[in-house]
Amino acid sequence: MSAIVLDGLHKHYGPVHALKGVSLAVEEGEFFGLLGPNGAGKSTLINILAGLTRRDTGRALVLGHDVAREYRVTRRLLGVVPQELVFDPFFSVREVLRIQAGYFGLGRENDAWIDELLEALKLTDKAQANLRTLSGGMKRRVMIAQALVHKPRVVVLDEPTAGVDVELRQSLWDFIRRLHREGHTIVLTTHYLEEAEALCGRIAILNQGELVALDEKQALLAHGIGRSRRLCVTTRAPVVALPEALKPRLRRQEGNRLEFELVRETDSAVAVLDALRSHGAEVVDFATEAADLEDVFVELTRRRPS
Amino acid sequence: MNLLGFKTLFCKEVLRFWKVLLQTLVAPVITVLLYFLIFSHVLEGRVEVFPGVGYSAFLVPGLMMMSVIQNAFANSSSSLIQSKITGNLIFILVTPLSHFELFLAFVAAACVRGVLVGVGVWVVAVWFVPLSLVHPLYLLLFAVLGSAALGALGVIAGIWADKFDQLAGFQNFIVLPLSFLSGVFYSIHSLPDFWQTLSHLNPFFYLIDGFRYGFFGVSDVSPLLSLAVAGAFLLLLSGIAYGMLKTGYKIRD
Repeated sequence: MSAIVLDGLHKHYGPVHALKGVSLAVEEGEFFGLLGPNGAGKSTLINILAGLTRRDTGRALVLGHDVAREYRVTRRLLGVVPQELVFDPFFSVREVLRIQAGYFGLGRENDAWIDELLEALKLTDKAQANLRTLSGGMKRRVMIAQALVHKPRVVVLDEPTAGVDVELRQSLWDFIRRLHREGHTIVLTTHYLEEAEALCGRIAILNQGELVALDEKQALLAHGIGRSRRLCVTTRAPVVALPEALKPRLRRQEGNRLEFELVRETDSAVAVLDALRSHGAEVVDFATEAADLEDVFVELTRRRPS
Repeated sequence: MNLLGFKTLFCKEVLRFWKVLLQTLVAPVITVLLYFLIFSHVLEGRVEVFPGVGYSAFLVPGLMMMSVIQNAFANSSSSLIQSKITGNLIFILVTPLSHFELFLAFVAAACVRGVLVGVGVWVVAVWFVPLSLVHPLYLLLFAVLGSAALGALGVIAGIWADKFDQLAGFQNFIVLPLSFLSGVFYSIHSLPDFWQTLSHLNPFFYLIDGFRYGFFGVSDVSPLLSLAVAGAFLLLLSGIAYGMLKTGYKIRD
């Protein structure tokens, strides 16, 4: 059974068409990435799943249950970590987690799981601390614990590492990987493309409310979409006159360093080096870089100008 | 029904005001005590509103009910707007709590705070003036109806207001004038005809008059009429508040 099914999902905010018939499925146990620039519709999509936003038309299912009609079921199956750093200033970490579990009908029998979450997220020594006194990174971890306190089978993380330092980001990645290993379906939205590249199996890219790509990460990278690659060349002296044939491929020139963007199927790195040499340039070093998700992202989102 | 979920939200709302009880319970009692001391000092012996009831005794039920309704309103409205502004309302909205459970938990917690402040006023007031208790059931009924109605109004205001300023407007331009002009300090029979008629349009008047009937067995209008108006007022406000929650007005896009 699919963990999440979105079928022809439309959402308007006044004149803004935020989601334009988005359809996709996330299978159970997947680590799924949802990428897109600001305003692409990622948060709208997540909010529809969580019941924070109402769809105009279309279907949204969590493990086969409709998020509007069967909200009591879907909200128990889903844990959402919101993007904004939000907290209740009246309560301690443990109180907040117990309260959150209580909303889902879980009482003291859930305390062992709360202890486990506190331990895993390195919050045990802050369990009695008021949320106001915690650092931003700790508050972020409390939000993750709140989303997981009812042991949801599907976890949606809306930019969980936004604004957190490198060390915390790594520890959050480890924790999210652990959740995935333990059988949770993970949906991750992020602005950090290397994060999606490092963690996700399949990736969907949204732009202006439309799904512009949905594939395995490797397929996205290898496929026609990521067909460009970079060639960086260092010459002994700065190249003054570039061969005419190379000019359309030049992306950047800084001193004696040249950066070309080559089309994988038609351009040859050797041909570029030969052209430079025959023009009198002495090549002292060169390197090629395969397309990364950033290239894919930029290419896809550039295709549909507003 | 998600009974434990409802109970959790209710307890959380009670715990929220309990953690700051100096501000939410003690301060309102002190404020009302000051009203009581000043007005009873000035008017005791000069005014007899009901036969055989001194002005100080007349004043206490009105002040009690005024503090019940003002604090019930403050509880649900401040909790909702704080949660909206800080953003943590999201943690309630993503849970399997129904609209009705949400509504009921906020209103029930508002009733608890309102009634606690009312009891606090009574405990302090009986030190100064002996009070009869003719119809305790009426007293209880009007305390619950009044606090629930204002708890529901607090839900409406908390959802509607986008900033504290708007909520303060609601409190200062609607709740405060309606409670002050409802016969807390006087019987409406002492007013000119026009103001008497106008007072009859104020639902707070019926809450206070009915509540006072519980103490003295005397009132400006029939307690049954007050009960009917208070019940209708609660139903109307509950209907609006529930409708706002159900449609997601300003809380779900």
